Amino acid sequence: MNDRNSLLNELEPEVVKRIDLSAREALAKYRSHMIAASVSTLLAVASTEAFGAELPQQVVDILNYALTLEHFEATFYKTANGADGLIPEKYRGLFREIGEHEAGHVALLSGVLGNAAVKPPKFDFTAGGKYADVFTNFKTFSTLSSTIEDTGVAAFAGQITNLAGTPVLQTALQIHSVEARHAGSVRVLVGKPGSDGAFDKPMSKDEVLAAVKPFFA
Amino acid sequence: MRSDVTLSRRTILKWSGTAAGTVLVCGVALPNFGIGTAWATSLGEGDVAILNYAYALEQLEAAFYTKVTDHPFSGVTKNETETFVEIRDHEEAHKSFLKKALGDHAIPEIEVDFSQVDFKQRSSVLATADSFENLGIAAFNGAGPLLSNADYLAAAGTIVSVEARHAAMIAALLHGPSAASAGKGHVGEKGLDGTMPPTAVLAKAKPFIKTALTAPSLK
Repeated sequence: MNDRNSLLNELEPEVVKRIDLSAREALAKYRSHMIAASVSTLLAVASTEAFGAELPQQVVDILNYALTLEHFEATFYKTANGADGLIPEKYRGLFREIGEHEAGHVALLSGVLGNAAVKPPKFDFTAGGKYADVFTNFKTFSTLSSTIEDTGVAAFAGQITNLAGTPVLQTALQIHSVEARHAGSVRVLVGKPGSDGAFDKPMSKDEVLAAVKPFFA
Repeated sequence: MRSDVTLSRRTILKWSGTAAGTVLVCGVALPNFGIGTAWATSLGEGDVAILNYAYALEQLEAAFYTKVTDHPFSGVTKNETETFVEIRDHEEAHKSFLKKALGDHAIPEIEVDFSQVDFKQRSSVLATADSFENLGIAAFNGAGPLLSNADYLAAAGTIVSVEARHAAMIAALLHGPSAASAGKGHVGEKGLDGTMPPTAVLAKAKPFIKTALTAPSLK
């Protein structure tokens, strides 16, 4: 079998740079937890039973980071879908569907985290006035939407290896691909190719938080 | 791994040469993808099996889009052609990546069977593309937790989201940017995408793959 370097060399350098190289350590650390928790896990996640208290702190932190981003997205679409005259009739189904998924992610992650869940943050989607017409100009809104979805995809991709061997990996993967469906859809709508290349580029938590910081009130 | 493949083939040959009862026992105990013929390709064990499984699916997709772009249906639009070319190139890149990652462990090129697809009909091509992309997403989502090596998981993560983008692009060709392109019909109530175990995925892909694949270690 090829070693890690020869495998990763096949990926674009930028992707390699962004892949968390501490992944192997994290995997070994959580493998034992996985064995203990795996029996109840799928059911627990599926029924949105809170088991935040049973998860290691590192996993709780990642899920709260994901929940923060999902709050961001869900609030963004809830506001847009409620803004009169913003979204043209033919695209309302798209953004309603996306909004429902994001709300579902918020509910799911909140349920998994239980008492450990972060409170919904306050947002400023104009980013301090930079996108003043975000909820009145469809072009501004849809362009921002495509960037937000791409960031969401990269954010989840950046955490996959940190969740390796944990009971929430499966759920995270199932959210990750939904974000990518959204990204592809909105990119097509705004006239971009559905994908920037054959391999998506993960982003670290720091990179993502820096990118969304202007939108936090 | 070459030797493992050889060994598997030898084992299969042995099965087919022994009593039917033995074959039946093996068929029950192991996922059996068309071991009627004496010759079958083993995907291997552990992470190798998972990567070969992904490699087989990427081969299938690459072959499909190559045929679509080589023999476009009549009336194909510029936008449709660009989309098919873009997706074909991505699937080829995924295929090459997995092949290189597997090195000597890679299965040979699979033989595909597109007799069910009418490449002259837009509807047949898009329906097939739609089902392949959605199958690919569910396959990668199901395979991720089965991988032991976190590097492979990371690599799979960079591929699966591109498959999901493809699903959106194909759905957008069918319905425009819409609830369907956002995943309606494939994404569940809680906003969760599909996930399928390898055996279920291979069973769905089987009509399109002539090569008999065996994956004793995959469930």
